[in-house]
Amino acid sequence: MIWDPIILTFQLAFITTVILIIISIPISYWLAYTRSTVKPVIETIVSMPLVLPPTVLGFYLLVAFSPSNAFGNWLDHTFGLRLVFSFEGLVLASVIYSLPFMVHPIQSGLSNLSTSLKEASYLMGKSRTSTLFQVLLPNIKPSLITGIVLAFAHTVGEFGVVLMIGGSIPGQTRVASIAIYDEVESLNYDIANSYSMILFAVTFVILFAVYTINGGFLKRFWE
Amino acid sequence: MIQFNVQKKLDAPGGEMLLDLQGEFPQGQLITIFGESGAGKTSLLRIFAGLLMPETGKIIVNQQTWFDNRKGINLSPQKRKIGFVFQDYALFPNMTVQKNIEFAAKNRQNKKEITDLFDLFNLGELLNKKPETLSGGQKQRVALARAIASKPEILMLDEPLSALDHVMRSKLQDYILTVHKKYNLTTFLVSHDVGEIFKMADKVIVLDNGKITNQGTPSEVFSNKHISGKFQFTGEIIRIEKEDVIYVVTVLIGNSMVKVVSEEKEIHQFSIGDKVLVASKAFNPIIQKIQSK
Repeated sequence: MIWDPIILTFQLAFITTVILIIISIPISYWLAYTRSTVKPVIETIVSMPLVLPPTVLGFYLLVAFSPSNAFGNWLDHTFGLRLVFSFEGLVLASVIYSLPFMVHPIQSGLSNLSTSLKEASYLMGKSRTSTLFQVLLPNIKPSLITGIVLAFAHTVGEFGVVLMIGGSIPGQTRVASIAIYDEVESLNYDIANSYSMILFAVTFVILFAVYTINGGFLKRFWE
Repeated sequence: MIQFNVQKKLDAPGGEMLLDLQGEFPQGQLITIFGESGAGKTSLLRIFAGLLMPETGKIIVNQQTWFDNRKGINLSPQKRKIGFVFQDYALFPNMTVQKNIEFAAKNRQNKKEITDLFDLFNLGELLNKKPETLSGGQKQRVALARAIASKPEILMLDEPLSALDHVMRSKLQDYILTVHKKYNLTTFLVSHDVGEIFKMADKVIVLDNGKITNQGTPSEVFSNKHISGKFQFTGEIIRIEKEDVIYVVTVLIGNSMVKVVSEEKEIHQFSIGDKVLVASKAFNPIIQKIQSK
């Protein structure tokens, strides 16, 4: 019982991270190499969750996906998808909310690679895709790992967005951060403390891993 | 036969520069591109390789159109069959030397040809090393082997030798000449070094401010300025000292310092930092070997 919110939190973080890897690679690739004039617009949109209060994001998602509104209604009728107060909704909100944490490291990793690597690969007759997967991404491993870990950790730590769009349905949307809030409200300080300790420890381990990896301390083990 | 006539505006350090290049080269020649930095040498190679798109013009290689802005043709770098050695070598850090070369050679050559390449470039001991552990000369050798591995028809070398010391340089020049002949390539080499150009080039084109200002065989191009029966060098004055009634002018020529005596009546025209010509007439230079290849 006590583990439910914790497990749910990590399920959410895991699924969110997997989706983020898939969508962030093309976005980062585009941002790193485009000369398009809309680049600043896309960069701004991707980065907004960094500065926007999570409640703002949660509020608009709530409004957009509410079945009483046109878009939410359409989703409900066409796909049977109800994104408010559901796990799917949390995943979508988390993907948007943690997007910059995945995109920024990958984008800067790609921009810092010498362009001659990419060009050398093209001149060998390699396509863009095989260049990306065989040359570019393997050479930004630390950036990829940073992105994965930060996106995961950030999703574990989210509160405002979840509260707005997810509420606190046990087993559905009651993630650890919400559970802590609920327990404190009901004056169950012991349970709140257990959740908090677990999150505290896990967050420490995750961030410690990022700094160890980026400091190059682990490099000799995986090469 | 390579024919080209291309124009492109470039953002050069000294403002906008119009690159405007025309010419044609028969196949199988080794062509060096000579000129000051910022003259457009690298841009010329990048345009041929398809890494930089000209605004107007045409590039035709062996009757195949690689670029023609009027017909909207721009062949991708993947299809141009060019081996390119970059200034920074561009070896893939995630792959060993062997993987770097095999990656370039994939689907194009049989195993035997790859092992021949390893032998030709003496890469035996380096095969399992990562590029970051190699010296400049070794990286250069690997980059050259890798450029050849994809079986190009044209080899392009963007000033690959400038960072190397004299002995290394000479060895790599030999490697380049060997592969140029062995694989019957048309080779473009960007070079600053007149000696290197004489040793290697069939033809030299001189670029200045985005235009080809001179071209021909090395002796045609450099005969007036650089070659002479007289003994003469250009250098820079780094010190002027008065000793009794004469002046001693120290001139830096290449890496050597030369002291030249000057008289009081002519010393006023010199100051530190001036570029000067040091020459000697009635004088017979001695040539002496300092190091074998």
